[in-house]
Amino acid sequence: MSTEPAATAPLSVEGLTTSILVGTTWYDAVRDISFHVRPKETLALVGESGCGKSLTALSVMGLLPPAAVRVTSGRIVVDGVDMTAADEPTREAMRGDRIGMIFQEPMTSLNPVLPIGFQVGEALMRHRGFTRRQARERARELLELVRVPAAAERLDAYPHQFSGGMRQRVMIALALACGPRVLIADEPTTALDVTIQAQVLALMADLQEKEGLALLLITHNLGVVASVADRVMVMYGGDVVESGPVHAFFARPTHPYSEALLAAMPRIEGDLPLQPIPGQVPSLTEMPVGCRFQTRCPIRDERCAVLPPMTTVAGDPDHRVRCWARVEA
Amino acid sequence: MSTSAAEFRPSVLKRALRSGGLLFGIALVVVMIVAAIAAPWLAPHDPNAQDVLLVLTPPDAAHLFGTDAFGRDVLSRVLWGARISLYVGFVSTLAGVIIGTAIGVVAGYYGGIVDRLVVAATDVLLSFPQLIMGLLLVAVLGASLGNLIIAIAVTAIPAFVRLARGSTLTMRERDFVDACRTLGFSDLRIMFLHVLPNILDEIVVMASLWLASAIRTEATLAFIGLSVPPPTATWGGIVREGFDNLLDAPWMSIFPSLAILAVMIGLNLVGDGLRDATDPKGAP
Repeated sequence: MSTEPAATAPLSVEGLTTSILVGTTWYDAVRDISFHVRPKETLALVGESGCGKSLTALSVMGLLPPAAVRVTSGRIVVDGVDMTAADEPTREAMRGDRIGMIFQEPMTSLNPVLPIGFQVGEALMRHRGFTRRQARERARELLELVRVPAAAERLDAYPHQFSGGMRQRVMIALALACGPRVLIADEPTTALDVTIQAQVLALMADLQEKEGLALLLITHNLGVVASVADRVMVMYGGDVVESGPVHAFFARPTHPYSEALLAAMPRIEGDLPLQPIPGQVPSLTEMPVGCRFQTRCPIRDERCAVLPPMTTVAGDPDHRVRCWARVEA
Repeated sequence: MSTSAAEFRPSVLKRALRSGGLLFGIALVVVMIVAAIAAPWLAPHDPNAQDVLLVLTPPDAAHLFGTDAFGRDVLSRVLWGARISLYVGFVSTLAGVIIGTAIGVVAGYYGGIVDRLVVAATDVLLSFPQLIMGLLLVAVLGASLGNLIIAIAVTAIPAFVRLARGSTLTMRERDFVDACRTLGFSDLRIMFLHVLPNILDEIVVMASLWLASAIRTEATLAFIGLSVPPPTATWGGIVREGFDNLLDAPWMSIFPSLAILAVMIGLNLVGDGLRDATDPKGAP
C-alpha cells in the first residue's frame, strides 16, 4: 500500500456528519465518518439500503437537497479543495472536472433527446472551453477509450440505440471526459447482466490504472468488492462499523454485521442455506442510542447503549472494527 | 425502463406522414400563409379603393367575392386581411409560447416559493375567459396592432406556463438531470439545454392549437371593433362590415368567415395530427 499521507490523497473525508430534517428535528444519517482514497486505489463502501452510502457520496459531490439535508460537521477535501468550505460556484466547477460520478441506472442517466457525442463532450465545453468541434473529436476518443465499437459512427446516435452495458460505458466516458482525479461509482453494475458487469468492472479497473483515479465504489455486492476493491468500509445506520484491507476483511470479518453480511451472500461451495439478517435498518427517527446495530445484533449486551470506538483487529492497524465484544485486550 | 418519448422518435415522422388529416391541415395552412404573403400580387384590386358605381355587387368574374358597401373588392380585402389576422396570430402566439415556456420551466425546475407564486398567478389569469381577457387588455391599452399582439400574447402565457411547469416537474426527477449536476452544469444549462428539448414536442402541439385560438380571438375582437382601426382590412372586421347588409349581400360576411374557418380547421388538424404522432401510446 502507498505510504502517501492521507492529507494529500485526491479524496479525503474527516469526521463527516450529514443530517436530515424530519419534521423540525435534524437527525444524523451519516455520523462522524473519516476515510481517504489514494490514486489508483479502490475503496468499497458496503452496506444495505438506507445505511448512508449514497448520502456519503452526495455529500462529497456537494449535491445534497438544500432544504432538507446538510453536512453538519466535518471536512471533505477533493484534490486539495475543501468542498464543505467552498461556495457553490467553486463546487460546481469541481464537479465533472476534478470529481466525477456514475450511477446505478445507465438506462435513464442519459438525456434521451440529445446525441451521444454531444453528451460525452459537453463537460469539456463547460469546463475546458472546448468548441463543439473539438468536443466532438475528443468524444470520439473517449468512446474508443471505453471500448464502444464503431465510436465514430455512433457519435450521432441517441441513447435508445445503445444497450444497457454500452450506456454504462458512455456514462463512464462522460464522467472521465475532463480527466478527474476522483470517481464515485454508485452501484455501477447493479442494473447490468452478470457477464456485462464483469466487462464494465474490468474496464473501470483498467481506466483507473491508466488515469491514476481514486475510486470510491458504493455497492452492496460483496462479490464485486472481493474482485475489485483494495480496501473495504462497512457502514450500518450511518456509522462505519468495520474498515480494512480487502484480504484482511474477507479473512477475518469481525463486526457482527459484517459476519451477517457474508453469511447472507450466496456461495457456490457447500450447501448451507443463506442466512438472512433478521429485521431491517431502523428508521432515522427510531435509531437506538449507542451502537445502531444493537436492535438486530445476536451478541448485544448492556455496553451497547454507548457507541463503541474503532479498535484494531488482530493487532493490524489498518483493520478496525466498532464493537464492544470485539475489543482486544 | 424504455418509456421515454424518444424511444418512439424514429417512427414519429413515419406516423405523421401516414396521417392524412395532418397533411391536409398543413396544406391548408400553407396555402393561407402563401396567399397572405403574396396578397399584393394576388389581389386583383386595391383593397381600399372605393367605387360608388360598384356598391354591393354580387360575385362575378371581375369581383370573385363581390364588393362591399363602398364598392371595395371583397377578395382583395380578404387577402390583405389575412396578412393582419395571420401576423397577429403568429407573433402573439410565438411571444406567448416563449415567455410562458420560459417562466414555466424555471418555476417547475426550482419549485418552492417561486413556483407557488407563479401557479397562483396563472390560476388567476386562467380564470378569465381568453376573450374577456383580450377585450379587457385592448380596452385598457387602446386598439392598435402592437397592443392587439400584446393582449393576445398575454392570454396565451398562462396556458404555456402551466404546460411547461407540469412537464418540467416530471423531467426534474429524471436521472439524467442528476447526471448533469454531477458534471457541474449550471441550472440554466440544465433547464434550457437538457429539460427544454425533452418537453418541446408537447409545447409545439399546444402552440399549433393556440395559434388557431389566437387568430379566432383577433377575429372576434375585430368583429366588435377592437382590432386595427378601419379602413385596414382584417377578417373579423370584414365580417362585421358585411353584417349591415347581411340579407342583401351575404357574400361580404361569408367569404371572410370561410377564410377563418379554413385556418381553424387547418391548424386544428395540424395540432391533432402532431399530438397523435408524438404520443407514444398512439403507436400502432
